Amino acid sequence: MKKLIAAIVIILTYSACKFNAGQTALPIYGNRTPVTKTIDGKTVTDTVYQTIPGFKTVNQYGDSITNKSLDGNIYVADFFFTTCPSICPIMHRNMLNVYDAFKAEKDIKIISYSIDPKHDSVAILKKYADKLGVTGNTWWLLQGKKEDIYKLSESYLVTKPQEDAKQLFIHDGYFILVDKQKRIRGTYDGTLPEQVTKLIVDIKTLKAEPDQINGK
Amino acid sequence: MKLKVISGIGLLMAILLYSCQSDDQIILARYYSIGSIIYQNKCQNCHGKDGQGLSALMPALTDSVYLIANKAILPCIVKYGLKGKLLIINKKPFEGDMPAMDMSPIEIAEVLTYITNSFGNKMGIVTAQMIDDDLTKCK
Repeated sequence: MKKLIAAIVIILTYSACKFNAGQTALPIYGNRTPVTKTIDGKTVTDTVYQTIPGFKTVNQYGDSITNKSLDGNIYVADFFFTTCPSICPIMHRNMLNVYDAFKAEKDIKIISYSIDPKHDSVAILKKYADKLGVTGNTWWLLQGKKEDIYKLSESYLVTKPQEDAKQLFIHDGYFILVDKQKRIRGTYDGTLPEQVTKLIVDIKTLKAEPDQINGK
Repeated sequence: MKLKVISGIGLLMAILLYSCQSDDQIILARYYSIGSIIYQNKCQNCHGKDGQGLSALMPALTDSVYLIANKAILPCIVKYGLKGKLLIINKKPFEGDMPAMDMSPIEIAEVLTYITNSFGNKMGIVTAQMIDDDLTKCK
């Protein structure tokens, strides 16, 4: 009898640990609204997920970049500024790992919105990218209108940046994973290497989802 | 039994050896450990956990040749920062700005003791007295 109980305990413990092992889909974050439509006389309820709204920016090459430029791409977004003395160097040291992992893949991008567009001109962003060792079109550093970028940050579920008395910018260091349907599929603390390792694994998981393979 | 005796003697020897460190070594160890905390708070974001820097943006702190040659101006760099000065570190050019760090001479001594004895560097202790002298010569 004792042996039987021991066996059951072992099996239960083992299966408890295996619970998440077969996870093949990432969760979808943000607000969702049910939409009821009538199709062919039948009432169908569909869920509409929060998506990233349109934006207008310019990248480090001076090319115009909008939400449309990211169609058909899975991407990682963050918010930074080039003269940031605090967390940005850590974030981009970690983001370089993401860049190195996916720079050969055409449908994966990284975008970094500058929250100090007054200083971070196209020329400054280009210089920053060069020094960081970023080439090609995998990682875009974006300059836009400050109010627009701040407003946009809310759609990415990050804290709206603030300016303190010394005119420095306070912002959080999140990396946000967005799928081809422009839905948020993960948020990661970009200052922690282990969170960024998880992001790299999650991008691979996301890439294999049927919605992403057929995604437009 | 034999093993216990041997390990006991070994432990005793280790304690003896440790407690017989010279004063200099003890000060070095103290500066080094306090310096590591200052480094984490004030330097690590840019220069990295292992002093590796960040690409061509932030210089590494692993260039012993540079550190030895410029030992006397390191306190000035820490205290007053750098603006647009060209540095050649690990044979690569760096031109960005470094912010000034508001630190007392003793703190500068501690953090420089940490940096110049980590990341493959081994330059011994930096004392607050040395920092005071060097700071008077800053340009």
